[in-house]
Amino acid sequence: MDIVWDWFQWLYDEHGIKLTIFYDEWDRNRFFKGIWTTIHLSFVCIVLSIVIGICGTWLQMSPLVWVRRIIQAYIQFFRNTPPLIQLYFFYFAVDTSVSGLLGVHGGILDSYGWAVVSLSFFAGAFNVEIFRAGVEAVPQSTTEAATALGYTRRQVYQYITLPLAFRVCLPALNNNLINLLKTTTVAYAIAVPETLYISNQIWSDEYNVFEMMNVVWVIYLVLVGFLVWLMHNWEKSVKIPGYGK
Amino acid sequence: MTQSSWTPDQPIVSLKNVRKSFGELEVLKDISIDVMKGEVICIIGPSGSGKSTLIRCINALNDIQAGSITVEGHEVHNPDLNKLELRKKVGMVFQQYNLFPHKTALENVMMAPIKVLKQSKEEVEKRARALIKKVRLEGKEDAYPGELSGGQQQRVAIARSLAMTPAVMLFDEVTAALDPETVKEVLVTIKELAEEGMTCILVTHEMGFAREVADHIYFTDRGVIVEHGPPDTFFDNAQDPRTKEFLSQIL
Ligand SMILES: Nc1ncnc2c1ncn2[C@@H]1O[C@H](COP(=O)(O)OP(=O)(O)OP(=O)(O)O)[C@@H](O)[C@H]1O
Ligand SMILES: [Mg+2]
Repeated sequence: MDIVWDWFQWLYDEHGIKLTIFYDEWDRNRFFKGIWTTIHLSFVCIVLSIVIGICGTWLQMSPLVWVRRIIQAYIQFFRNTPPLIQLYFFYFAVDTSVSGLLGVHGGILDSYGWAVVSLSFFAGAFNVEIFRAGVEAVPQSTTEAATALGYTRRQVYQYITLPLAFRVCLPALNNNLINLLKTTTVAYAIAVPETLYISNQIWSDEYNVFEMMNVVWVIYLVLVGFLVWLMHNWEKSVKIPGYGK
Repeated sequence: MTQSSWTPDQPIVSLKNVRKSFGELEVLKDISIDVMKGEVICIIGPSGSGKSTLIRCINALNDIQAGSITVEGHEVHNPDLNKLELRKKVGMVFQQYNLFPHKTALENVMMAPIKVLKQSKEEVEKRARALIKKVRLEGKEDAYPGELSGGQQQRVAIARSLAMTPAVMLFDEVTAALDPETVKEVLVTIKELAEEGMTCILVTHEMGFAREVADHIYFTDRGVIVEHGPPDTFFDNAQDPRTKEFLSQIL
């Protein structure tokens, strides 16, 4: 590895391209931790938002009107307001009032925790809508056949509706998850030490905005590219032979 | 109580004065039918006369407004009915097969006994393979529905129902969506089933088949049973002008 770091040192000495994140150990460590935080945050939010999507869609099919209304209100709220404001709301308003209520000192979650909550609910709201479109695409005759075989409502959802709906809505889910990954950069605003936040610290310390901007572009292109690749493989692996052309 | 004791000398399926409406539209008006164990009955009639609705009421896919339905003592009309217990007794095959497209033929047959009846996988698999063989689809166990012809899919659907070891089978125009060449293979399967003593209630447009397999024919029109009788009497000696007109059009 040293040879790589030395090469970047040389690049700076000879050409003035200042990529401290490679040859300066302190910068390097915090920068890679930043990337790891982005990956971690994205992964946790992706999983949670899918769980929210699945549960929300199930609740939206509830026979109880008020349950459906609550879910609808949730979707409208999170879809129609900016994610940055949602994040501030959780981090400043919810945290203080809840910890005040419980008598906890120093807040109930740290900034990372609130970023997870806020971003998961944000992307989850879109996932509910996406899954619902998928569920609506499953023919009623297919679920009815399961009902006639004695499946309960939950079993029909779990074994028939969801697996089929998933396949229908994977492209839309794809888009939303990519969007979620990109939106994790708002966590910058509450000092979650993710890629953008750390990069900003580095360019303030090292006066290398130009270099760091380019690095940030590349990082996000690679991360999103990786997610796209994963989703594409997933889509391929669940393709049903002879079904839907 | 939603279940009374049933003995084989009583009708296994019994409909008494059943009425069913969709909003203002009365689809079944005072329908009464008794089916004994091992009997095969065919329901025929013009489109929209309520045949599908009638057979869907028997396994509680539709609810009824008046009258009573019992299946092996289960009171289907009772709001406290345990639908799961009823549906274990009643198998249903649909016009559009309605297989689960993301599962192979074998999985389609195995799923319900495993998930609904909680039977062991090994035992169910043995039975499922035997059923697939019975409907003459050996070698197609691992094919997905999208890779099978209509007739093959319909036979998988029959096997899927049989895997639940029902006491009664309902067939709703199961050959109506098939090519003429494949109709026969499905009818043969049903006929074998009937000969083995399965109680069958069939809605069909295949008059030759109805005559051959049925013990009793019911003719419905606009929600009422116009006429019924054993096949020979029914087809050769229809009394009601509506029956005669229908038969003259279809035969
Ligand atoms: N879910 C429903 N809601 C409202 N009306 C319905 C519903 N299902 C059926 N109907 C109406 O009930 C009547 C009987 O329908 P049904 O499907 O039982 O007829 P059918 O005899 O099976 O006809 P076909 O031979 O065309 O299958 C029709 O007029 C139909 O429009
Ligand atoms: Mg019909």
